[in-house]
Amino acid sequence: GCPRQQTGKIHFILLFSRQGKLRLQKWYTTLPEKEKKKITREIVQIILARNQKTSSFVDWKDLKLVYKRYASLYFCCAIEDQDNELLTLEVVHRYVELLDRYFGNVCELDIIFNFEKAYFILDEFIMGGEVQETSKKSAVKAMEDSDMLQETVEEYMNKPAF
Amino acid sequence: MALKMVKGSIDRMFDKNLQDLVRGIRNHKEDEAKYISQCIDEIKQELKQDNIAVKANAVCKLTYLQMLGYDISWAAFNIIEVMSASKFTFKRIGYLAASQCFHEGTDVIMLTTNQIRKDLSSPNQYDTGVALTGLSCFVTPDLARDLANDIMTLMSHTKPYIRKKAVLIMYKVFLKYPESLRPAFPRLKEKLEDPDPGVQSAAVNVICELARRNPKNYLSLAPLFFKLMTSSTNNWVLIKIIKLFGALTPLEPRLGKKLIEPLTNLIHRYVTTNTALFIQHCASIQLCVQKLRILIEDSDQNLKYLGLLAMSKILKTHPKSVQSHKDLILQCLDDKDESIRLRALDLLYGMVSKKNLMEIVKKLMIHVDKAEGTTYRDELLTKIIDICSQSNYQYITNFEWYISILVELTRLEGTRHGHLIAAQMLDVAIRVKAIRKFAVSQMAMLLDNAHLIASNTQRNGICEVLYAAAWICGEFSEHLEEANQTLEAMLRPKVTTLPGHIQAVYVQNMVKLYASILQQKEQSGEKEAAQEITQLMIERLPQFVQSADLEVQERASCILQLIKYIQKLQIKEVPVAEEVIALFAGELNPVAPKAQKKVPVPEGLDLDAWINEPPSDSESEDEKPKTIFHDEEQRHSRHKQPEIDEEELARRREARKQEQANNPFYIKSSPSPQKRYQDTPGVEHIPVVQIDLSVPLKVPGMPMSDQYVKLEEERRHKQKLEKDKKKKKQKKEKRGKHHRHNSLHTESEEDIAPAHHVDIITEEMPENALPSDEDDKDSNDPYKALDIDLDKPLADSEKLPVQRHRNAEDLKSPDSEAPLAEKKSKKPKKKEKKHKEKERDKGKKKEKEKKVVEEEEEKKVILQDMHSFRKSGRILVLCCLRFLKHPCDLSLFFPLLHLQTYDIQGNLQNDSQVTVSVIFENKSTSFLKSMELNVLDSLNTKMIRPEGSSVHDGIPVPFQLPPGISNEAQFVFTLQSIVMAQKLKGTLSFIVKVSGGGTSSCCLGNDEGSTHEKLDFKLHFSCASYLITTPCYSDAFAKLLESGDLHMSSIKVDGISISFQHLLAKICFHHHFSVVERVDSCASMYSRSIQGHHVCLLVKKGENSVSVDGKCSDSTLLSNLLDEMKETLSKC
Repeated sequence: GCPRQQTGKIHFILLFSRQGKLRLQKWYTTLPEKEKKKITREIVQIILARNQKTSSFVDWKDLKLVYKRYASLYFCCAIEDQDNELLTLEVVHRYVELLDRYFGNVCELDIIFNFEKAYFILDEFIMGGEVQETSKKSAVKAMEDSDMLQETVEEYMNKPAF
Repeated sequence: MALKMVKGSIDRMFDKNLQDLVRGIRNHKEDEAKYISQCIDEIKQELKQDNIAVKANAVCKLTYLQMLGYDISWAAFNIIEVMSASKFTFKRIGYLAASQCFHEGTDVIMLTTNQIRKDLSSPNQYDTGVALTGLSCFVTPDLARDLANDIMTLMSHTKPYIRKKAVLIMYKVFLKYPESLRPAFPRLKEKLEDPDPGVQSAAVNVICELARRNPKNYLSLAPLFFKLMTSSTNNWVLIKIIKLFGALTPLEPRLGKKLIEPLTNLIHRYVTTNTALFIQHCASIQLCVQKLRILIEDSDQNLKYLGLLAMSKILKTHPKSVQSHKDLILQCLDDKDESIRLRALDLLYGMVSKKNLMEIVKKLMIHVDKAEGTTYRDELLTKIIDICSQSNYQYITNFEWYISILVELTRLEGTRHGHLIAAQMLDVAIRVKAIRKFAVSQMAMLLDNAHLIASNTQRNGICEVLYAAAWICGEFSEHLEEANQTLEAMLRPKVTTLPGHIQAVYVQNMVKLYASILQQKEQSGEKEAAQEITQLMIERLPQFVQSADLEVQERASCILQLIKYIQKLQIKEVPVAEEVIALFAGELNPVAPKAQKKVPVPEGLDLDAWINEPPSDSESEDEKPKTIFHDEEQRHSRHKQPEIDEEELARRREARKQEQANNPFYIKSSPSPQKRYQDTPGVEHIPVVQIDLSVPLKVPGMPMSDQYVKLEEERRHKQKLEKDKKKKKQKKEKRGKHHRHNSLHTESEEDIAPAHHVDIITEEMPENALPSDEDDKDSNDPYKALDIDLDKPLADSEKLPVQRHRNAEDLKSPDSEAPLAEKKSKKPKKKEKKHKEKERDKGKKKEKEKKVVEEEEEKKVILQDMHSFRKSGRILVLCCLRFLKHPCDLSLFFPLLHLQTYDIQGNLQNDSQVTVSVIFENKSTSFLKSMELNVLDSLNTKMIRPEGSSVHDGIPVPFQLPPGISNEAQFVFTLQSIVMAQKLKGTLSFIVKVSGGGTSSCCLGNDEGSTHEKLDFKLHFSCASYLITTPCYSDAFAKLLESGDLHMSSIKVDGISISFQHLLAKICFHHHFSVVERVDSCASMYSRSIQGHHVCLLVKKGENSVSVDGKCSDSTLLSNLLDEMKETLSKC
């Protein structure tokens, strides 16, 4: 099973497409790579097999999966039994809102092509499995400020080298 | 080198960036693996270049590939290179890659220590931030130890952005390096009161997590959290705090009582207007459960799930209330959502009673038949067994029924839980003596039909039940009616296809059966039949002797020899049955699983002391097996050890026998045949109510357990009738004599007497067993290390290791890790810091103005945050629900709607009417419509409703509200007396229409639909609201005062700091007065009530106080008015 060590509130977050393709994974528990892959495969299967109109919660091992589908993407968090399901849905929704604000009408392709940005946004929002920024505005501001530092590099990478 | 750089930048245009890679992968769907391996080759080339931009690009691509499942651990060193880049962009990519793929086993991770330390102290807050974020993912015990002090320093960083991250990561540091908890804790505690809400929330998070694991160490923080709970506006924080209190209250029961009020307030605060909160009394629980019922009946699956979850919390404290909703919960078993079905099953477990057990299990059995998918079916099966066997079969009134259920369950194909059923069969048969006869007959039937059960031995766990069946038939063979037939069934060739361990039990138990038959035949003098049965054994046993399973083979050949010997004796006509039966004499008693552990170590016995001289050191460690003691014991009970001579052996045997004789837990093998086969009082004295089995068992097409349900119903009915009769007769007789032992059950429960007077044998425990359950605790719990006393003062040795510069002092005493040196080297650092802080302070002042604006903004943001809870106001409520023993009303959701009474104005035309103006503000992002306002009229105050409508009807609000819009509506009330303030409870019901594309998540969409919501409020009619500002001339005022028929009263309020002008304005505005005359710091004021009361005031202002003398035609009105005024003034 999933060892209960070094846990935060959220154990991990997975984003995957309807086809079962992983789009983002963030682990707040340290696990061997093999184990992560196994868990991911299992969870993607469980959730994709579920009917559209079912609840957003699945008991899985000693954890609870809280997921929601936005368009073609599934957002899934694993939390502990005594944690709040609705709050976790709110966390998921907040993350989507943050993505939406940053990308402007975010879609799956945004996350695929800018996957590192999706990670950076997540990192501003959640750290070590705990919500670190409850203000949308601050999270987005931190993102934009660090992007300002990035600007030079974007130019560098996009500019033709000759 | 320079050439390489140039080459690098020329090559770069041919390089793929991340987007190219992603696109490429998408275009190579057929040969993805090949394409990617090609890309990896390219990346390897890129990583060889000196250009850091190229490297970073390569690492970024690798991170993507890692997500696709490719191993990138080989690039760990390159990742560190990119982490060390001076440019933030590259650094960020490096840290991202590290956080995705580094783990404790990554060997290069120790190389990062210095780099991370450098980044942590970087002047650029984003460098520091990225390092902290990365570290939170891959911190190791070494990193935690080396960096703990740096991170602790960052908890006091000037930027809240850094502070909050530092605080959060401290939790991970504590887990990896528990020694850091005590030194860091004071600072962490400080952060609970950080001015920045983000930092505060982070500190709350960390302490809550810590406290959840070891609550007792954090009890002293309760007052602080108490304060936070009443002052914080951040829902995320509140939820955490409530959770924390949930962990603390079991340790400090007084806390629970104290919490009810703030929790109530908390909810009130969010509901804006007061709402009645139902706590504690039973009616409210009923109400709460009813609300939950509404949730469970909701079409929204999430609400249904959470409703069931909340229900299970209530179940623990108020089982009765939940039990009445059995129908609904059984209904949920039909839900197509497995999560919901499992929740419902969970609930059922706690809901059963003697009364409803059979019914619930019957329903579950139907679901077992219908269930699709083995996992859910297996879950059902285990739940049925759990439900029935809970608290020592407390709810089973009819064990024949239960055995039948177990037998029915064996028809489940492909279940993994055959062993569970088997264990139950064994347990019941062993422990419920009265049921043995019936159990044996059922088990014999199972053995006879073994071919059905074992039809598909591959992946068929159900054949495990044969194990139990064979054992029960063998062990209790005296109850078997057709033993011959059963023995024959056990000897069928098909049995050899069963798993080895089951065959072994077959072999062993067929001998018990055989012995029993033999005895029976011998006693009745049927010598031939006795010989026949021996012959049968000799004929059939060889098939087991040939078994590939060692256990089966060994037992079979042993027994075959034995029986051959018996045959010889039989031919000689020697009576043999008594001796054969003696082989299996003795009663088996169940022993509690923990019995062995519970035996206290006798005084004077040192388990760690050597029994023999320790072996000499020259012997290598691996030569002596660790389990030497254990092995030895097993061995000497099994076979001879050649090196021990016979005498010694005999001596030991004697000693062992003695020891066993003295040991009450040893199941004695010393034969006492009479004990078993003479009438055992244990079995016989139990009166068994005989049920005529022959009738119900032959009803075709009906599962046996159902017949028992029917029988049981009839029996209970009969019993009840009889009881009623008896009651009538006994009414005059002494009461209580008839009552059965268990007073815990309600009358209806008690009415149900079990079909059998069941004697459930409890598992045996040693006499002087220790009652504690401490051994259950998991010793591997990683949080145990954090169970640290936080109140003890810090010792010097506990200070966190500080990285020191290699200064002269250090060189002088390089090997002494004296804390003195640490302190000395620390001092200059502090000074430096202070200096820096001063500089920062200067800058701060400039920023201050900006900050005010920002704070305003912040507040707005917080408000917005709050509203993101719109749908999920339930979170907090559910949170409370989980926490409070007596859950609260669920209707207390956060307001979607802001309701504000801005004015209550007396009506000039009518002396008994007031008009209430209400502003409705839609703060949600949804469309609100069909609003209806209703109040609960009091005797004195009534809302004027349109003609023809009843008191229970609400008044429709004449408009709808799009998101963010506010509007005003007026409602008229009539009143009789106005001399007292009034409060009316009311409810606003409305429909929330969730629009398709809200402001957020435009592209990803939202669920459509509308929900009914309601908002409870209270309308407060102050006495001032009955006053109408009326101008009055000073001469008329003087006349009024002189008239003499006015009552007088006065108040004085201290600590007034506002100007007199201001003060008068306040009284005029809030209390509807007008100034008649003003002289210096003295003024006369006047107002009139809608019913014509005159109110005159004389207001005088002293140094710091204000006194108001009032005169009015009604004394009650006056004193109430002055009280209200006092409240207004005391806020000045």
